[in-house]
Amino acid sequence: MSHPAPHIETPKGTVAAIKKALGKDLLAIEEAHGEIACHVKTDKLVGAMMQLRDTCDYQQLMEIAGVDWPDRDPRFEVVYCLLSLTKNHRIRVHVTTNEDVAVPSVTEIWPVAGWLEREVFDMYGVTFAGNDDLRRILTDYGFVGHPQRKDFPLTGYVELRYSEEEKRVKYEAVELAQDFRSFDFMSPWEGADYVLPGDEKGASK
Amino acid sequence: MSLQKDLAPTTGDEVIQNYTINFGPQHPAAHGVLRLVMELDGEIIERLDPHIGLLHRGTEKLIEHKTYLQALPYFDRLDYASPLAMEHSYVLAIEKLLNLEVPLRAQYLRVLFAEMTRISNHLLNLAHHALDVGAMTPGLWLYEAREDCMTFFERASGARMHTAWFRPGGVHQDVPLKLLTDIGDWLDDRLPRLFEDGMALVVDNRIFKQRNVDIAFVSKEDAIKWGFSGPMIRGAGIPWDIRKSQPYDVYAKLEFDIPVGTKGDCYDRFMVRVEEVRQSIRIMKQCLAQMPEGPVCSDDRKIVPPKRAEMKASMEALIHHFKLYTEGFHVPEGAVYVATESPKGEFGVYLVSDGTNKPYRCKIRPTAFSHLQAMDMMSRGHMLADTTAIIGALDIVFGECDR
Repeated sequence: MSHPAPHIETPKGTVAAIKKALGKDLLAIEEAHGEIACHVKTDKLVGAMMQLRDTCDYQQLMEIAGVDWPDRDPRFEVVYCLLSLTKNHRIRVHVTTNEDVAVPSVTEIWPVAGWLEREVFDMYGVTFAGNDDLRRILTDYGFVGHPQRKDFPLTGYVELRYSEEEKRVKYEAVELAQDFRSFDFMSPWEGADYVLPGDEKGASK
Repeated sequence: MSLQKDLAPTTGDEVIQNYTINFGPQHPAAHGVLRLVMELDGEIIERLDPHIGLLHRGTEKLIEHKTYLQALPYFDRLDYASPLAMEHSYVLAIEKLLNLEVPLRAQYLRVLFAEMTRISNHLLNLAHHALDVGAMTPGLWLYEAREDCMTFFERASGARMHTAWFRPGGVHQDVPLKLLTDIGDWLDDRLPRLFEDGMALVVDNRIFKQRNVDIAFVSKEDAIKWGFSGPMIRGAGIPWDIRKSQPYDVYAKLEFDIPVGTKGDCYDRFMVRVEEVRQSIRIMKQCLAQMPEGPVCSDDRKIVPPKRAEMKASMEALIHHFKLYTEGFHVPEGAVYVATESPKGEFGVYLVSDGTNKPYRCKIRPTAFSHLQAMDMMSRGHMLADTTAIIGALDIVFGECDR
């Protein structure tokens, strides 16, 4: 017996079938934790998704998740979670992109992608070519910035209050009563990869 | 409306202009803070644009700044009508990344309380759906039973709503035997009585049927295209239930049926939920009958903190306790997408770990997102008054939708 998470049996020959269906558009395919992740060329995404839906029977698009990797180039990863109702199987499709490279929209294949792409745009600033309704979705009207990026501070830049003098809600720059505290509980013996304060000599060895 | 005097219609010469109205964000039938911009032709809906995000609290961003255990209570606050079902996906995702074994009793307890959550969520939704189309009394009766659920949650965890009771590795505390026998008695007598009484008022009621039958058809193809899940996809006639097809915890050992709709209208969705409550009662009874004695949490001391009594006697236990509540546990690198059948549909967590004690990315897949998006498709051509029935049958909670 192992973990009690949803039990998903990968049908035999799934990886081979995906490789065959996607051909050269597939950059890499990996299996970890019992889940298959396909890395696909960003500009070939729509065709690959069509293949996955029609040839491999992944009928439903359940989720689009953005991930920000500031150290990588291209910086953003967009993850599509697909579900096959007939084969009872899930796969993930990964593409990478930059701030200035638009990801082809899959709204033509799945209308549900409309809002999911809007959310990734709102949170990360990733644009989707072909999504004609790319408005912000979760943040406030008139919000500036993309809050899920790793370089966006947790507190944000503005806070709002009701101004009694002006009789309206006002936005002001965030003012913290004390510095924002980010506690580091990492054990200095394992896990931490920084120089301990006062141990600079030891680290240079 | 700007009907000026010279434009005013004369007899036999009607001038009707399309106009746009704003529904919400503070409308009682909007089930929270939903703003709908509706374009109407008379009373017929031409276009509908839901504006969401008014309850956005940046949960995913906050989770990235917390340890795995500290992030858990945020899940209670997503869908505050079914808090334990939210925790369920998250703890399963962590356990999958850690490949952590969970004792059988803990799995039974989780399923027992997840099903109670399903009952309390459906009671709330059925009550409000009936209320939205004008039936007041069932709501009052169903709230009685929902209050019982809250009391049970409180007796198990100490909190009525934000329980934080499911933990990676099991559940936080064992339940007393009296609680289990009380739940058994409640399932045998009080709940079916209250529930069936309440439902008897609406399910065959002429007015209720007039408001729901043939409203907002969703075909099987549309349900798949729009990413439906849960009662919404079953209402459309597709027998898809993650508890059955991709069983987690002990669902594989339990017997239950999956109700499906025949037409895919609001009435079908309502009736699917009604039957799901009965099936949940069945599941809970089996859990009570089959639940073994034993530990309720994994004994992996690198993940699960020791009990207090142990800390009094063992130095090692004390250190483990301190480290787990400050630094937390480390999760090996990797990414998983774990989805469970929450009362509202597929609730998924895409968890990316970079090997540290904090989640690198935790994307939450809310059920309401895809359902609410299809609102425009479902309401076109319907009357303004049908919107409340459609929203009622969607079963949306904004804590989850906006995150």
